[in-house]
Amino acid sequence: MLTDLYIPGDSALHRARPAWKLALLFVYCTAIFVVTHPGMLGAGLVLVALSYGIAGLSARDALTAIRPALFVLVIIFAAQLWLESLGMAIYVTLRLMALLMAAALVTYTTRASEFTEGILALLSRAPAWVPKDKIALAMSLVWRFIPMIRAQFDEVREAQRARGLERNMLALVVPLVVRTLKTADEVAEAITARSLD
Amino acid sequence: MTMQFDRVSVTKGTREILSEITLSLTEQRIGVIGNNGSGKSTFLRLFNGLEKPSTGTVRFGESTDDLRRHVGFMFQNPDNQIVYPMVEEDLAFGLKARKLPKAESETRIERVLSELSLTHLKGRLTHQLSGGEKQMVALAGVLVTEPEMIVFDEPTTLLDLRNKMQFMRVLATLPQPAVVVSHDLDLLAGFDRILHIAGGRIHADGRPEDVIPAYKALCEDLGGC
Repeated sequence: MLTDLYIPGDSALHRARPAWKLALLFVYCTAIFVVTHPGMLGAGLVLVALSYGIAGLSARDALTAIRPALFVLVIIFAAQLWLESLGMAIYVTLRLMALLMAAALVTYTTRASEFTEGILALLSRAPAWVPKDKIALAMSLVWRFIPMIRAQFDEVREAQRARGLERNMLALVVPLVVRTLKTADEVAEAITARSLD
Repeated sequence: MTMQFDRVSVTKGTREILSEITLSLTEQRIGVIGNNGSGKSTFLRLFNGLEKPSTGTVRFGESTDDLRRHVGFMFQNPDNQIVYPMVEEDLAFGLKARKLPKAESETRIERVLSELSLTHLKGRLTHQLSGGEKQMVALAGVLVTEPEMIVFDEPTTLLDLRNKMQFMRVLATLPQPAVVVSHDLDLLAGFDRILHIAGGRIHADGRPEDVIPAYKALCEDLGGC
């Protein structure tokens, strides 16, 4: 899961072509999943840690990448502990953390506009009927929507807390979905107004 | 260049939102007032082609089908107008759509940021900006495309007094003609022309000193506006 936004910098990773970063991320994730050996996982974690260093990012940035998925990680750890063993629980959880940190590394070092260009490059050989520009724009909008939806969630939670409904999932989800859909409509209209299509 | 509305109506289902609007707009600053649901926003959306007339013609100069190339649109909420997470790349968005060469695009962005005194925001993340800064960045995103006219949908509604005053200063210096829909009658007081829309029709059209007091008087008369 992509977690946070671009962190400005001038490292080799920041300058690398987005298409290469996406391709390497794909290879990295595949390798870690296919080769189920602790040595591979260890090497993967070292590689991610080194890459964060090269990009001038801190351990705190890596933790920020993991934090939104902490709840899921705890559930996976507990399930593996119950179904398998402590060793397997640690292995599976660390593997997921490595993937999250690697994916976040791409978002931390790639501007949304570069990401759009990277996706366009990856789609360059797709058939003509594939709407490449629209796919690339839609995917890069994820960057824009993450903080927006997060802010809307906080506002809805505050409002429901004031009404004593902070534990009511329906009271949190319904307004958030409605607001998100309305925002999506308005953003789509703004994109139309600013484009020529 | 003149914006011309010739017997323009907009109908949604069976409901007529705008009815037989005929106007010729040549002034530099035009304000649009009216109650919620009166058809103001629909009227404004016609300028940029976001809304198509059900009947009649909207024409900017000789152009009827590529209004978007000539008319910039400022939305009420800048959060929904800003597409990219970084100021610089958001400003480049409209220019990419116009296939402008990168060097020219960068020059324009630098120039507009400098004109609006926003150069310091160039590398900033848009979601970390204040409300006033976002509004200015959204305006910069419109200005870089060098529109010949700009329309504003309630531009000061979300601004505090300081940011509203800054926005008014910037608006006064824009060389383009501007059409502003607003409930903020102070903002429109110095304009060249005011259109009062009611029930999808132009109820009054004239100088602010004539139209605004009449509008206020109507509203005071128990919902007469």
